[in-house]
Amino acid sequence: MNLRVYVPRDTTALALGADAVADAVRHWAAKRGGAVELVRNGSRGMFWLEPLVEVERDGGRLAFGPVGAGEVPALLASLSADPAGHPRYLGPVAEISWLRDQRRETFARAGVGDPLSLTHYRSLGGFAGLERALAMSPGAIVEEVTASGLRGRGGAAFPAGIKWRTVLEASAPQKYIVCNADEGDSGTFADRLLMEADPYQLVEGMIIAGLAVGADRGYIYLRSEYPRAREVLDQALARASAGGYLGEDIRGSGRAFHLEVRLGAGAYICGEETALLESLEGRRGTVRVKPPLPAVAGLFGQPTVINNVLTLAAATTVLARGADFYRALGSGRSRGTLPLQLAGNVLRGGLVELPFGISLREVVETFGGGTRSGRPLRAIQVGGPLGAYLPESRWDTPLDYEAFAAIGAMLGHGGVVMFDDTVDMAAQARFAMAFCAVESCGKCTPCRIGSTRGVEVIDRIIAGDAPGENRVLLRDLCDTLEQGSLCAMGGLTPLPVRSALEAFPGDFD
Amino acid sequence: MPGDEVIDECITRYREAPGGLLPLLHAIQDELGHIPPGALPTIAEAMRCSRAELHGVISFYHDFRTVPGGRHRLQICRAEACQAMGGRELEAHARSSLGIDFGETTADGAVSLEAVYCLGNCACSPSVCLDDAVYARVDPGRLDQLLATLHEADAR
Repeated sequence: MNLRVYVPRDTTALALGADAVADAVRHWAAKRGGAVELVRNGSRGMFWLEPLVEVERDGGRLAFGPVGAGEVPALLASLSADPAGHPRYLGPVAEISWLRDQRRETFARAGVGDPLSLTHYRSLGGFAGLERALAMSPGAIVEEVTASGLRGRGGAAFPAGIKWRTVLEASAPQKYIVCNADEGDSGTFADRLLMEADPYQLVEGMIIAGLAVGADRGYIYLRSEYPRAREVLDQALARASAGGYLGEDIRGSGRAFHLEVRLGAGAYICGEETALLESLEGRRGTVRVKPPLPAVAGLFGQPTVINNVLTLAAATTVLARGADFYRALGSGRSRGTLPLQLAGNVLRGGLVELPFGISLREVVETFGGGTRSGRPLRAIQVGGPLGAYLPESRWDTPLDYEAFAAIGAMLGHGGVVMFDDTVDMAAQARFAMAFCAVESCGKCTPCRIGSTRGVEVIDRIIAGDAPGENRVLLRDLCDTLEQGSLCAMGGLTPLPVRSALEAFPGDFD
Repeated sequence: MPGDEVIDECITRYREAPGGLLPLLHAIQDELGHIPPGALPTIAEAMRCSRAELHGVISFYHDFRTVPGGRHRLQICRAEACQAMGGRELEAHARSSLGIDFGETTADGAVSLEAVYCLGNCACSPSVCLDDAVYARVDPGRLDQLLATLHEADAR
């Protein structure tokens, strides 16, 4: 029997022992004189099942998980007899409801095969968007992206087409495409998963952006906390160059695109686009005053498209399937799909991609399955460390940019961090201020100093030191941060603080 | 000075790269484990910035260090997803069992303890990163095991 076995080589799978599982597969195969092909795929994002082992036979793929290295021999031996009898048997992977019930567009290829195989990427529809873009005028590509309704997935939700048009219409000797891969929000891992599992999609999206605006140079600004993504991207860029997708002449089109990975250095603020540009230029990552917008004067003062990983990736879907296809998904002004990341105290955590519009409750209940601790769910922080803490009364809000803004919250980059009833919301509010103090770039006084004062005021409230007055003071301070900061770091830190104070006042007594 | 050659090589590689200062600092730290303060004048001159600007850059980023770290680096995630799964208890355990605070190195030079805000492993929290390997669902007992493995490896 010729057997193909898949064991992911993704950060989370590795963190749960996937390498030991792969070694056990090799060892088992060697004892039987081969006949087993081991594929190190990316993850499908079903992280609660990692290490997830898939076995291909008769054209279908059977899943087992989570698999320990010690379980491998019995698992592989069970295949010829009764795989369904194995305790880790999950059935055909495509039938697992958690995966089947999603709408995978951006993450359709994630975990299917070897992330670095160009042949594999093409066989699953990869580069179809690029091929179409190569035959279009720059203006037509921008028009397609505009018509799709695609908005920035990094958190600000700015329409991608408008940004691209501004850069297209700017005239300059050099333009740039910059990918913001500084995914620093706690509870988010969609960028990492995409870069590790389907790196060519990002490469393709950046080339398309380059063709659209007339930029022949791009940078991926990757956070240093993602060493595995770095490895994959470095190899992907080398192979894409060798395959004629990067360099002076993209697939014989006569158009050029050069792409480079640059590493961050552990500063959360560099996820803010202007701080990122400062950092790319070799300086402290301090926020710039806008205007000028990066689209007018960005990297090295030149017109620059700066987009999140998922935005650039989604551009491949828009070009391959058309604006109408993409636009048909979603709700209100939030078009397309939203990659949500279920994290924290969650039973079934991982990447859930769905059209905008489903309620938060449905996602955390149906997909998340409640808390991992088994205790009642009490608070959900959506949108990273600058996102609001939502009590149960808010969980029926549809996942849609405007619907979240209307309740004083934000979707951000789609991180969903769940907390059970042991959470101390005063401690969470204090952390929001403390985090801001650690990560503020220091440019704006309310953010630089106000965050430290915020920690002190919350400490006084918790200690029962004039709590009434200090609550008023804390609200004043939040207003000052919100009104007096250039960027979202100082401007949105009040969100988690205020929401904790409003929805969980008892925790501060 | 030891390391001079390494620094010169790194400078040659990145001197002309647009915005090459961060890649240069990463390269030096990858090779030497830290950025030697004695090399700052050379780096500043090569990269056409003042020593004050260079100091500003190095001190801005959490990754860069100008003093050598321990033989091993333990990063503990202090962000919200890990907090939701007992990250605060794990932090406290690490500090008390190593006898050091974040940013410090144990007296025997074995372990430097660092704070990190998210390793992108948030569906299987709490997470730690030990010498570039991420570990998921780490409780105090698991952390003790990992640290014990280090001591065994160092003893060999």
